[in-house]
Amino acid sequence: MFNSQELIPLNAYLLIASILFCIGVWGLINSRNAVRVLMSIELMLNGVNINLMAFSSYIDGNIIRGQVFTVFVITVAAAEAAVGLAILLSLYRNRTTVDMESFNLLKW
Amino acid sequence: MTIATSTELICFLILSSVIVSGALGVVLIDNIVYSAFLLGGVFMSVAGLYLLLNASFVAAAQILVYVGAVNVLILFAIMLVNKQEELKPIKGLKIRRFFSGCVCAGLLALLFRVDITTNWATPGPKAIGEIATERIGEHLFTDYLLPFELASVLLLMAMIGAIVLARRDVISIELESTDSIPQNIINNSTDNVLLDQSSD
Repeated sequence: MFNSQELIPLNAYLLIASILFCIGVWGLINSRNAVRVLMSIELMLNGVNINLMAFSSYIDGNIIRGQVFTVFVITVAAAEAAVGLAILLSLYRNRTTVDMESFNLLKW
Repeated sequence: MTIATSTELICFLILSSVIVSGALGVVLIDNIVYSAFLLGGVFMSVAGLYLLLNASFVAAAQILVYVGAVNVLILFAIMLVNKQEELKPIKGLKIRRFFSGCVCAGLLALLFRVDITTNWATPGPKAIGEIATERIGEHLFTDYLLPFELASVLLLMAMIGAIVLARRDVISIELESTDSIPQNIINNSTDNVLLDQSSD
């Protein structure tokens, strides 16, 4: 199952990344606080980043394209957090709540 | 097993357990301030994993951007919207949580199966280690130049968008109550652009 040539196999990093991503998905679906939804998105992005870094180190060790992609993902995550929290503040000003169940403007 | 390898293994086990338990705490703990601080711990542990993977630059970027910027931003947002409110109960919440938990467990099982059963092409080329930072710089200014510039444009757009969305128009009362302000500022504005909508 695990490659015994290296001490920590690639699979171990991938398993950690999978667990982190799935916890993020569960939190994204089930959180009622809007700030916690944003935190869950950050968790999912971190899981993806661990994946990219693990592949970059184990398979692509001399070109490290995965690390460059991780830098881009970190940039996009920072922009997303800024815009998301600004939207959250605007929503809170209009609705005076952060309950996700009360944000039903797009419900038909 | 030498001291170096056993240290690496112990570090990996500690960091991964901190990541998993911290992530569970982020989504499960009721108090959202604790969740935010646990999220900072998860980010720091992920940076530690990057150090184990020979990527010191990305680890530093992770700590600077995530712990220094995103986590502080989340804490400020919690301070700004921190109202103790009683969430009204909705029916079927337990069932919803159960089914979404089933879906996430299924996704986890699928990912685990892919992770374990695939024959990854390891060992690949030897990792370059310490000169990874120079290599990232070369990538950013040669073959990844266009995404790099697009990222800068994206950051500018995000900054302007965040300012526009979160701006609070509070200069209206002073403008209307004093006479020394030039009248054309008020006349040029439409009715409710300058009104403070947050007072009610």
